[in-house]
Amino acid sequence: MKSEFTPPIGKITKINGQCISLIGNDIDTDRIIPARFLKCINFDSLGKSVFADDRKNLKGRHPFDLEDNKNASILIVNSNFGCGSSREHAPQALMRWGIKAIIGESFADIFYSNCIAIGIPCFTLARELIQKLQKNKNDKCLFLEIDLKKLIAKSKDLNFNLEIKESSRKMFMSGEWDATSTLLENENLIENKFTKLPYVKFNNNLF
Amino acid sequence: MSQDTLFDKVWDLHKVSSLRGGSDQIFIGLHLIHEVTSPQAFGALKDKNLKVKFPDRTVATVDHIVPTDNQSRPFKDNLAEQMIETLENNCLEHKIRFFNIGSGNQGIVHVVAPELGLTQPGMTIACGDSHTSTHGAFGSIAFGIGTSQVRDVLATQTIAMNKLKVRQIWCENQLSNGVFAKDLVLHIINKLGVKAGVGFAYEFAGPAINALSMEERMTICNMSIEGGARCGYINPDEKTFSYIKNKLCAPKNEHWDNALKWWESLKSDENSIYDDVIKVDASKIEPTVTWGITPGQSISINQQIPLLNELSPNDKLVAEEAFEYMSFKPGQSIKDIPVEVCFIGSCTNGRISDLRIAAKVLKDKKVSKNVKAFVVPGSERVANKAKQEGLDKIFKDSGFQWREPGCSMCLAMNSDKLIGNQVSASSSNRNFKGRQGSPNGRTLLMSPAMVAAAAINGKVCDVREFIN
Repeated sequence: MKSEFTPPIGKITKINGQCISLIGNDIDTDRIIPARFLKCINFDSLGKSVFADDRKNLKGRHPFDLEDNKNASILIVNSNFGCGSSREHAPQALMRWGIKAIIGESFADIFYSNCIAIGIPCFTLARELIQKLQKNKNDKCLFLEIDLKKLIAKSKDLNFNLEIKESSRKMFMSGEWDATSTLLENENLIENKFTKLPYVKFNNNLF
Repeated sequence: MSQDTLFDKVWDLHKVSSLRGGSDQIFIGLHLIHEVTSPQAFGALKDKNLKVKFPDRTVATVDHIVPTDNQSRPFKDNLAEQMIETLENNCLEHKIRFFNIGSGNQGIVHVVAPELGLTQPGMTIACGDSHTSTHGAFGSIAFGIGTSQVRDVLATQTIAMNKLKVRQIWCENQLSNGVFAKDLVLHIINKLGVKAGVGFAYEFAGPAINALSMEERMTICNMSIEGGARCGYINPDEKTFSYIKNKLCAPKNEHWDNALKWWESLKSDENSIYDDVIKVDASKIEPTVTWGITPGQSISINQQIPLLNELSPNDKLVAEEAFEYMSFKPGQSIKDIPVEVCFIGSCTNGRISDLRIAAKVLKDKKVSKNVKAFVVPGSERVANKAKQEGLDKIFKDSGFQWREPGCSMCLAMNSDKLIGNQVSASSSNRNFKGRQGSPNGRTLLMSPAMVAAAAINGKVCDVREFIN
């Protein structure tokens, strides 16, 4: 757990940080944040509960408990990370623990959009490269510099391309990843669309 | 790229604009909210000094945290009480219709909206819950969203989203006797894998789908997300229309005729183009049970848990994790595995037809003395209907506990939880590690009929021995 949490804001063009590896396919959001921690009306205290049950089972040996990882901010995962429940509490908990970006073989759809909506870029990378990063003997001191403009990640002795949906990349580059204001720009179009929907006319009993 | 499918038609109809980044701005026709994923969204509105743009198009109920034994207020659990109060206040402040406990219409959000006729073909439906895909059973485009997107829908009635690809899953022939929609969808997820649906909407079609009732179709679409597909749908037909007719919020009088005409036009065209098509033979499917920690790890009742060398390298990793967690052995038969808890309920299988089939299995039988069994109706309407039909009595006589409606032990946010490494036979949708409230709890997913059979025998068994 980092001392003070400040949410990201504005343009996100570069992320530099230490990597933390979490090995496993299909790691679901129930594991990232078990349901009992969803009994809250804000996200503030979630950081300490990230992977609560997995960490308890591993008695201090979980990557999120290792002393060497305590300042890590770039999470390296395998395939279908964040599957299952739509709970935004999952990326919120990761972010409040200190994660600023995730590199994985693949991500579940809802988890991915939740991450983008709160300012955590999720990059994809081929399985072999992910495994290479995860097996890095110097894992504890693998630092990456991610450049969103060029979509390149660099370390002392690595240099590779990352992938991210172009729409997400553009949103981070322009600082428009917090979608509400962008959506609100089209207020007239929204009103217009609403009045043209066929079912608005015949479901006057709806509400 | 898909063309002229129902998904394309509904998406295009709701598209407000192309956003600068390249995603689409999509109008949400019906927004459903509950107590777990909405409070932070309302908080964000307040921070941004925004109002709810179309309060009439959001409907709320309370489901995840409600106790199922004693629902009197204040709840014993202070945090649960705080969450329901927050929802009550937010709905009051923003003039949002709220179906509270005791209203006669409360229940699991994905059970409530269809039974009230809120869910209709051709709509876009969003909710801060991954099982929103359920509503696709009516030919709507429905998907789960996170809290930031709940905020966006409240503030703008739109979200930013990339258009999904469309995969048709063509289900040939018919399910055989004693095999249910749950078996079919578990089979599909096993066949395609839990991440095959990422980036896709699933269109379920074919004779086996046409033959299903609306409630069975909801079970299918509900679990699209367990196959990775955020959205699953079925083209609307006569069954869809007659299910909706006369429901509380259904179009009435001359509006009904107009609605029908429009709904008919939404079906995927005969020559529509899909990004992918998969065929499944429904007649070959048998009662299906999960043995692992993902909904894709399932086998037929007469099969053995797979050996590691039968699995692809990618599946092997999760299988090894599953063997360790579940304490089951490769090659072990799934039949006769003892169960300690039996749970019938959830947005997947907590509807009246689910309760009817389970009651049919349980009639004049007793739950094994080693089993704690309970049934949680999906909504107040389901509970009332079940009582009218005397199903509650059949459940109670058999040894099942009869509870009040809610999500309950599907995700165990209330006090209904597994203890230690108990094995549960569950009609719900997720067998993830720790899902049912105990960090070591073990979940076997199956149809409600199979859960009832397991409750009687105290172990996993073939329900066809009870009903054929």
